[in-house]
Amino acid sequence: MINTKIFEHSAIGRLLLADKAGRYLIAVLLAAMVLVPLCNLIMPEGSFLYVPTYVVVLLGKYLCYALLALALDLIWGYCGILSLGHGAFFALGGYAMGMHLMRQIGERGVYGNAELPDFMVFLNWTELPWYWYGFDNFFFSMFMVALVPAVLAFVFGWLAFRSRVTGVYLSIITQAMTYALLLAFFRNDMGFGGNNGLTDFKDILGFSLQSDVTRCVLFALSALSVVLAYVLCRAIVSSKYGRVLVAIRDAESRTRFMGYRVEHFKLFVFVVSAILAGIAGALYVPQVGIINPGEFGPINSIEIVIWVAIGGRGTLFGAVIGAVAVNYAKTYFTGAFPEVWLFMLGTLFVISTLYLPKGIVGVVTQMRERRAERNATSTPEQGAES
Amino acid sequence: MKHSHVFRMLVLTLSLLFSLQGVQAEQVVLESEADSALLLNQLISASSTSDKINLINLIASSNLSQRSAVLNALQDGQLYYTKSDEKLVYAITHPDGYQITSVISGEDLGVIGNRKVRKISINNELRAVLRGVLAELSLRSDDVAERLKAAKDLIRSPAAEFLPAIERAKAVETSARVLESLNIAAAMVNLNSDQQLLRLDAIESFRGTLDTDAMSILAGMQLKDSDGNYTEKDDLVRESAAAVLTEMRSKAEIYKVIENTFFGLSLGSVLLLTAVGLAITFGVMGVINMAHGEMMMLGAYTTYVIQLLMPNYIDYSIIVAIPAAFLVSGLVGIVIERGIIRHLYGRPLETLLATFGVSLILQQAVRSIFSPLNKSVSAPSWLSGSWEINGALSLTYNRLYIIIFSLVVLLMLVFLLKKTFVGLQMRAVTQNRAMANSMGIRTGWVDALTFGLGSGIAGIAGVALSQLTNVGPNLGQSYIIDSFMVVVFGGVGNLFGTFFAAMSLGVANKFLEPFAGAVLAKIFVLVFIILFIQWRPRGLFALKGRSVED
Amino acid sequence: MSAVVKSPGFHSDEIQSMLYLSGVTKSFDGFKAINNLSLDIAPGELRAIIGPNGAGKSTMMDIITGKTRPDTGQVRFQDSIDLTQYDEADIANLGIGRKFQKPTVVETLTVWENVELALAGTRSVMRALFHKLSAEQADKITDVIQLVGLKAKTGDLAGSLSHGQKQWLEIGMLIVQGPELLLVDEPAAGMTDHETMETAALLKEINKDHTVVVVEHDMDFIKALDSKVTVLHEGSVLAEGRLEVVSANPRVIEVYLGR
Repeated sequence: MINTKIFEHSAIGRLLLADKAGRYLIAVLLAAMVLVPLCNLIMPEGSFLYVPTYVVVLLGKYLCYALLALALDLIWGYCGILSLGHGAFFALGGYAMGMHLMRQIGERGVYGNAELPDFMVFLNWTELPWYWYGFDNFFFSMFMVALVPAVLAFVFGWLAFRSRVTGVYLSIITQAMTYALLLAFFRNDMGFGGNNGLTDFKDILGFSLQSDVTRCVLFALSALSVVLAYVLCRAIVSSKYGRVLVAIRDAESRTRFMGYRVEHFKLFVFVVSAILAGIAGALYVPQVGIINPGEFGPINSIEIVIWVAIGGRGTLFGAVIGAVAVNYAKTYFTGAFPEVWLFMLGTLFVISTLYLPKGIVGVVTQMRERRAERNATSTPEQGAES
Repeated sequence: MKHSHVFRMLVLTLSLLFSLQGVQAEQVVLESEADSALLLNQLISASSTSDKINLINLIASSNLSQRSAVLNALQDGQLYYTKSDEKLVYAITHPDGYQITSVISGEDLGVIGNRKVRKISINNELRAVLRGVLAELSLRSDDVAERLKAAKDLIRSPAAEFLPAIERAKAVETSARVLESLNIAAAMVNLNSDQQLLRLDAIESFRGTLDTDAMSILAGMQLKDSDGNYTEKDDLVRESAAAVLTEMRSKAEIYKVIENTFFGLSLGSVLLLTAVGLAITFGVMGVINMAHGEMMMLGAYTTYVIQLLMPNYIDYSIIVAIPAAFLVSGLVGIVIERGIIRHLYGRPLETLLATFGVSLILQQAVRSIFSPLNKSVSAPSWLSGSWEINGALSLTYNRLYIIIFSLVVLLMLVFLLKKTFVGLQMRAVTQNRAMANSMGIRTGWVDALTFGLGSGIAGIAGVALSQLTNVGPNLGQSYIIDSFMVVVFGGVGNLFGTFFAAMSLGVANKFLEPFAGAVLAKIFVLVFIILFIQWRPRGLFALKGRSVED
Repeated sequence: MSAVVKSPGFHSDEIQSMLYLSGVTKSFDGFKAINNLSLDIAPGELRAIIGPNGAGKSTMMDIITGKTRPDTGQVRFQDSIDLTQYDEADIANLGIGRKFQKPTVVETLTVWENVELALAGTRSVMRALFHKLSAEQADKITDVIQLVGLKAKTGDLAGSLSHGQKQWLEIGMLIVQGPELLLVDEPAAGMTDHETMETAALLKEINKDHTVVVVEHDMDFIKALDSKVTVLHEGSVLAEGRLEVVSANPRVIEVYLGR
């Protein structure tokens, strides 16, 4: 194994030293980040080790979902804020990226208008709306990917947490928030492509989005983002701040009477989570090639909750595992038995809340604890127990 | 031949009379078919215009059953007679000549060559007379709706020759609405006269009415032509028209408000129906039931199935569907409560997730059984049509019924909760479970029943929704967020709050729509509720006090 | 953020009263939970407040700690600070600690972490993110855990403690918060007789450095506290004085002790 001494020299290292599952997760992600592109680009097509491009894209998509799940676990698992509208932050990040990619199309659109995206020409618009300014610049756009979700989260969170809207009420209004955005983005007048959203992207920073290399790079970036986000989230929840979050989750009143401004603590973590979700959306859009209002759908947001719940909330790595596992199952079943998928998903939900409140991670931990117990007591009396 | 002689005398006398006075109420009573035939056949022989006019008036004032048909055919140039045996026929062009039907016997006489029939010719003078006579015939109809339609037609095509007919109709008209239309029709005619006084009177008579045609005529008088001159040259008339127009418009505005309120209340009633079940499961029991929408969907599908089962009684199937939907959704609700929710009390977020899983299963189940396509549920005939109150305001029956229906459901629910023993137990359990338990109430059973009640009401809402929207697997999803908004806005655990919230949101939505459009209006309402919850986190009519603050 | 002015240390001579309530009224839907209540707690005092259910004890606590705003009346801390202007977090930082009736500790954190969170210090988000525990602070935490008798349980999750131990942990958390005034709501509820007596002793120990107000039902506990007693009834003060005096008051006997 890796020599643990190298960890002790840095804060992050010490953090990971205490987080065995996290170390494995990061190792797997980093390995995938290197190996998957290699197997796609270098291996010959017929080879056993060849990874087809569509698989690279699919895995990249799962990783974006994993990042989104991390964002939700941070607030739900550690602070008890069940957002049923996190898809909104994801979609906003995605739209910011989509707007940049749209501007990159330039004259190659159907109408050949260098300034206006096709859908605006189609709507007989003559000028670029002010809120599209600057999106031709990559760095400005990336800034917006974080800023727009952050601002929405800040305003929404500031209002909600200050007024002490908690529990199911908060969940319901987050759902209303994403629903309102869904309706808004469906409108052509909004200037985001209406029903069809933004699509037909050509390239990013001059690299064609269709090329295998670009796709591999995007995949690697997604993997790296999940690793970095994981470390960030782990650092947050391991700090004293993280313990305050847990205190808020389990005894909000107590925390207030201890003198903590609960609303500030919630607001900070909510905004961080929204930014992570926005980044996930921005990575997602160039890989799947489209962003449309459907991403704001309340059902999408609930699905994120499913991933985290099934993976195991309040563990961070559970969120990543849940997102990948559920989405893999979704890909497999919607392909093989489309009729069965919703039955499966629904049943999975019911069973996981009834019998596996701690998700996959909880089951694994429980099994290992039991084994450890058995090993510990595998002395004389063991026979009487069974 | 005796008959014939007497008849001729009669015709002559009456002709004289009519030429002076026009058509009166039925005066010519034909006692036999032979008499009718005699009269009608006069049309073939009459040659001069004045003879024809007399004859037309005579037919119009007779008790002939075919009088309208004959005169309409004459007007439309479809009245012919056969050259061979001089039979009066209706003729419709046909590739081989004419398809003819006997006027007197109504017998189908087959197709006949072009040259074997001759048209009963009319000229412009006769056409004018026919128009008047036909209008008057409609105005004399026994059917109020037909009289009203005739009067409205007259408003749209005012012509001086109708004036006497209108005046006569006014004298005998009993329906106030028809009379109003007749007055407007007369005024419309007078408005075209060249006498200032008549015109001023006409304008004055529009005051207090809400006729849109009259309003557009008055508005037209205020327009200027390309040279900047008023199209209406008479200043006095124009100014008085402007004054009356303003008054009419402000009155119409009031009715517009009433109509919007009505639309809003009917939308609110839909919201109320969809939310009131949730007010029980969420508001009273504290269970976040994400499958609530699917309970409505089940209700809608139950309506569809009931209609399939009784295809000959579409008008009544919906009445049967109401209790059926209640039972179906209620039973499914009880199964869900016993199977899942029971294990999750006190863990609202887990309940939310588990019931969402249930909603996915139910959607897919419906999709597998009934196909993913939307099903159409036909509306019973008594739901169509509308109640026209005046020119500016008419309330459709389906909206009216849904308001009444939602109120009835709400009142029955309140009665059930407040006045029955079961309701007492439900309230006892939700307020103090331990106490209720120790008093011997089987709390588990009451929980299941309460949840079943909420679900059953969602099923009833589904029956109503089947009349308003497509019945498909996604029906529930589109209403669930709205329902939650209503319950949260109204204040959890308060049925009156739910009622008030549903109605005010419905009305607000409808009043925003004209300015913002339907989608934006909905967004505004959502944003409003999000902001509202910041202000009153427990809703409009929240229970106050310490007990609920923790 | 409101300006939180730390008062000069306890035992300061300038302060006349630690907590002063005058004419406080609060009603819920027409029901007067607190009716023209006046109360004066001197610095360093140990005061017991008793009263039957519904006498307004918890509402009074809510008002003092900023959870509920009174309809009318004055609530002053250390003579000059108007508590009705602040919320819970402000008031906690001003130096008022509150123990709930039901023990509320963070069950998913260890005993150590619970005390660490309560430890006096800046409560800002950024400080919490980059917080490092100093040796001094660690010693203080150890001391307090020792004081409330949970040394053996330092690394255990608070959720695994017994009911009585949770009560003590909560009291310990209050002490490290470094408050001038402690409000303790029914600390002996659900405790064994032995634990009750220990708790009384603990509170008297704490009273050496802090002003303490205890709300309690248990008469043995009140006797053990041996302090001035205020009897609440229907939202206002019925009687006040030493327990012997108060228990001789016929009105008190009628509404409370007599039953």
